[in-house]
Amino acid sequence: MLRYVYGDELKNYPKLGQSMFQDRADQFKIRLGWDVCVNEQGHERDQYDDLNPLYVIWEEPDGRHGGSMRFLPTTGPAMVNEHFSHLLGGGTISSPLIWECTRFCLSRGAQPTVAAALMLAGGEVMTGFGIRHFVGVFDARMVRIYRMIGSSPDIVGAEGAGRDKISVGLWEFTREAKTKIAARAGLSEDISRLWFDRAFGPSGPHPMALSA
Amino acid sequence: MKTTSQLDQILATLEQAVALEGLQTATIALRDHFGIDHIVYHWVDSAGDQYGCGTYDPAWAQRYIEQNYLRVDPVVAGCYQRFHPVDWKRLDWSSKAARAFRADAIEYGVGDQGFSVPIRGPNGQFALFTASHSCDDAEWDVFTETHRRDLILIAHYFNQKALEFEPGRTPEQSQALSPREVDAMTLLAIGYSRAQVAETLSISEHTLRVYIESARFKLGAMNTTHAVARALSRGLIVV
Repeated sequence: MLRYVYGDELKNYPKLGQSMFQDRADQFKIRLGWDVCVNEQGHERDQYDDLNPLYVIWEEPDGRHGGSMRFLPTTGPAMVNEHFSHLLGGGTISSPLIWECTRFCLSRGAQPTVAAALMLAGGEVMTGFGIRHFVGVFDARMVRIYRMIGSSPDIVGAEGAGRDKISVGLWEFTREAKTKIAARAGLSEDISRLWFDRAFGPSGPHPMALSA
Repeated sequence: MKTTSQLDQILATLEQAVALEGLQTATIALRDHFGIDHIVYHWVDSAGDQYGCGTYDPAWAQRYIEQNYLRVDPVVAGCYQRFHPVDWKRLDWSSKAARAFRADAIEYGVGDQGFSVPIRGPNGQFALFTASHSCDDAEWDVFTETHRRDLILIAHYFNQKALEFEPGRTPEQSQALSPREVDAMTLLAIGYSRAQVAETLSISEHTLRVYIESARFKLGAMNTTHAVARALSRGLIVV
């Protein structure tokens, strides 16, 4: 299932959170060889994890992490602005209607549908919160995966080559794209919506309507 | 569009504000513009100090402080440390204290519907910008769906202004337009269509939309026309 968890809520899902940071170490440090910090617990964490970001995590039936991504608003400290400004042609991107999406990660054993499920969750975040765009930082391998899902970003800049290649891209979602991505994820849009509502509260009638 | 220019005018007045009264005036103008019961801005800093301005009955603000409702208010609990906007319906009102708080709030005319935008400022500063009203769920859903992006932008413009009034505050990182934003705004100012701008800059229209969105926010504007006008008047672009 898809979980939407702020950093300060990860403690409620210890297995999920720990396996996410472990899988991030596996992907970014071991497989991609990026210059990232892995702590003594084997967790890959950076300064943006300390800003209480919103994580979207695919939870496997055994409670472990299957894939994830991390959101922060571009109005505050953001990786794209602090580390990849040169790929944006200089300067910053900043708006409460543009969130950055970083550390897109898939566990080694993740089913091909997990990446699509995460993109579907991205669509839920956009429609649920009125967000217009995501600006993301991702590795070269993801370009092909995003294309397969049918959710290719506009790549605004890239640097490095081979597995070191890092790209900055932009996403927006149309309703048609969402339907297509849901099909790729093998999920119904209703289930996806249910998971979103479970995290952020149901949008149904006000519970106080009875007592007010 | 008449309604948009009215919003632009309210924000232009807000930007000229030199004291908290300016924020207060803007909440009243926004309430009237949107045709709802209330607009409120509520600042809470890391030390727990709070102040606010808005259209609530002053007796409610007084009562909120007296009852120490900051500790009970599900809107604050649901927004603190968060950055996604919240419809009050989605919050957890199940505790006895929360239900009593809500009944009290309705008694004081706060309204039974609300939409709150959390804002994370520097150094643990936190603020909430809220629109509230009395109506049924369907009417409120239409209202929030129509206006939520405007409310999110306005929320941040309020907070930027409030931060300016902080004594001894260190200046924020300047929200300068990026080189590509300057290019985009310049070509729009000349009268190019979006398609022409995108073609001239060799970018997709989607990428252009991102640059315009970001420039609009940095310029404190509600729409592209307003943003271009501000960029021109501030001398940030030359045509």
